[in-house]
Amino acid sequence: MRFLLRRLGFYLIAFWACITLNFFLPRLMPGDPVSRMFAQVQTQMRPDQIAALRQLFGLTNKPLWQQYLDYIGNIFRGNMGISLSRFPTPVSSVISSEIGWTLLLGATSLIIAVVLGNLLGIIAAWRRGKFLDSVFPPLLVFVGSFPYFWLAMAALYLFGIVLGWFPLNHAFTDGVEPSFSFSYVADVANHLVLPALTIVLVSIGGWMLGMRNTMIATTAEDYITMARAKGLRSGRIMFHYAARNAMLPSITAFGMSLGFVVGGALLTETVFAYPGIGYQLLNSVQALDYPLTQGIFLTITTAVLAANFLVDIIYVRLDPRVRVS
Amino acid sequence: MSISQSQRQTSTSGDTKTPPSAPRSIFSKVTGGGLAHGLLTNKKALFGLTILFLFVVLAVLAPVLMPGNPSNFTADVSAAPSADHWLGTTAKGQDVLALTLWGSRSSLSVGFAVGLIATFIGCLVGIASAYFGKVTDELLSLLTNIFLLIPGLPLLVVLAAFLPPGPATVVIVLVITGWAGSARVLRSQALSIRGKDFLASAIVTGEKTWRIMFLEIMPNMASIVMSTLLGCIIYGIGAQAGLEFLGLGDTSSVSWGTNLYWANNDGAMMTGDWWVLIPSGLAIALIAFALAMINYAVDEVTNPRLRAEKKD
Repeated sequence: MRFLLRRLGFYLIAFWACITLNFFLPRLMPGDPVSRMFAQVQTQMRPDQIAALRQLFGLTNKPLWQQYLDYIGNIFRGNMGISLSRFPTPVSSVISSEIGWTLLLGATSLIIAVVLGNLLGIIAAWRRGKFLDSVFPPLLVFVGSFPYFWLAMAALYLFGIVLGWFPLNHAFTDGVEPSFSFSYVADVANHLVLPALTIVLVSIGGWMLGMRNTMIATTAEDYITMARAKGLRSGRIMFHYAARNAMLPSITAFGMSLGFVVGGALLTETVFAYPGIGYQLLNSVQALDYPLTQGIFLTITTAVLAANFLVDIIYVRLDPRVRVS
Repeated sequence: MSISQSQRQTSTSGDTKTPPSAPRSIFSKVTGGGLAHGLLTNKKALFGLTILFLFVVLAVLAPVLMPGNPSNFTADVSAAPSADHWLGTTAKGQDVLALTLWGSRSSLSVGFAVGLIATFIGCLVGIASAYFGKVTDELLSLLTNIFLLIPGLPLLVVLAAFLPPGPATVVIVLVITGWAGSARVLRSQALSIRGKDFLASAIVTGEKTWRIMFLEIMPNMASIVMSTLLGCIIYGIGAQAGLEFLGLGDTSSVSWGTNLYWANNDGAMMTGDWWVLIPSGLAIALIAFALAMINYAVDEVTNPRLRAEKKD
């Protein structure tokens, strides 16, 4: 319990740091990004909306500390301002309409990469120096060396344009009404294959190598020798004795990589024009839509913090040593 | 195992007889000279070092091999690789080989700059954290962990959006998002050295704090610093390419990232100009692979348990 409270405190501080960063970034920038932004949208706004924006970006005469408190108050009421590029939609509804796609893409590719990567790592460590152990790691490291977006472009070119097996962009075919029918789900899945595949390809090597290295350390432990001496089946020792204990670092890495997936998805989403929030973040930056940029950044960070806290809770369940110390 | 035992013996017995700097020579035999020798006899390391060396030579010689501005247009537009243009030309008529060669200058220099600065900050924060302990450690660890947790690429995009574009911005932004990982690794390594006796004796003899941090602690974790540096350079090259591919870097310069950005913008994929896309991406992958290979070699040389068992 003390461990969890400590972690919770840490995440709250991290959250506060992000809000503060978000608050000060536009105010500390050289030049005047805010007035550039205003210049392009002023004509289509109501005076009260302009006033709200001025407040959001500190163009009021209030002292800084009061602006800061106002800003934090707005965040906690879920008020992140109005998107300029999608005027007059509030930032929060732009985000909520798109975050589902990012979660779908991120969760699918992360789960496949983690399960497959760990499994490969376990087997590679168990059969040291054999085929899987000597061929796969260098191969996956080489594939992982390619830039994320480049691999995505290559996959798009090869499977999308040349072979025509998969659709080129978007999350579902234009004009199709979202519904819970089989054809819609199949359409979404079809659009998901290429983006997910590229993320899995790039990230799987790290999982495999990490698992392999902890697994090698674990197999040197005495209780493995003991299990062998008892004459247990090899498969049982591998999964129930060695892999279970070697899993812990992977679980921590899982929490950390959530951020990587959301971030990495940004590039993949851009290449495939996949309508997630990463793609939207880039669009908002290019359209000088600062309220949306800040809102998305805050959402992503909050999601990552929350997910990491969840991983911590699971970790306490899995590793009794954390509970004691 | 035997190494750490012998270290412990020499450092405890050395406390009274030898000056505090003596244990360093024993350590450096393990981490310094041994590392260089181990790397030069390691196949992975030799492979990586050769590729790295080739790239650096090509980058330095770019003005000799491909004189003139690489962005200049030639008469051939979207030409496939031929004797005139070994790697073909872009939709604007630029020579792809020239773009790739010149691009390596920006990509390598930004990558190495980011790697060096990020590792330096990581060393500073990590070692200070371990050395001073207590409140300093708590605060620095907190800062490190926050930066580790904030998703890197979105932060990169937001920072790049608000800062004025230019090469310096790219380096600064990449350092801000890249230093934390190295700080965490180096802190835990420095913590294990913090408790050693030779350090206590260095403090007692009144050595200056910065001397202890950089001349006593740092040389004793040379291999970790080295692999951190390699990791940071890989990160720097890849992240710069990503940032510039998104159009958030310095689009007026020639680098592997901007080459791919323009290729994508000019619709190289749709028109089937695959030769525009391949070289820059392959170059990034090769250099990252080479650095990763050196990194694994460092790991293997210093951690014998990771070496594949040799069949006799």
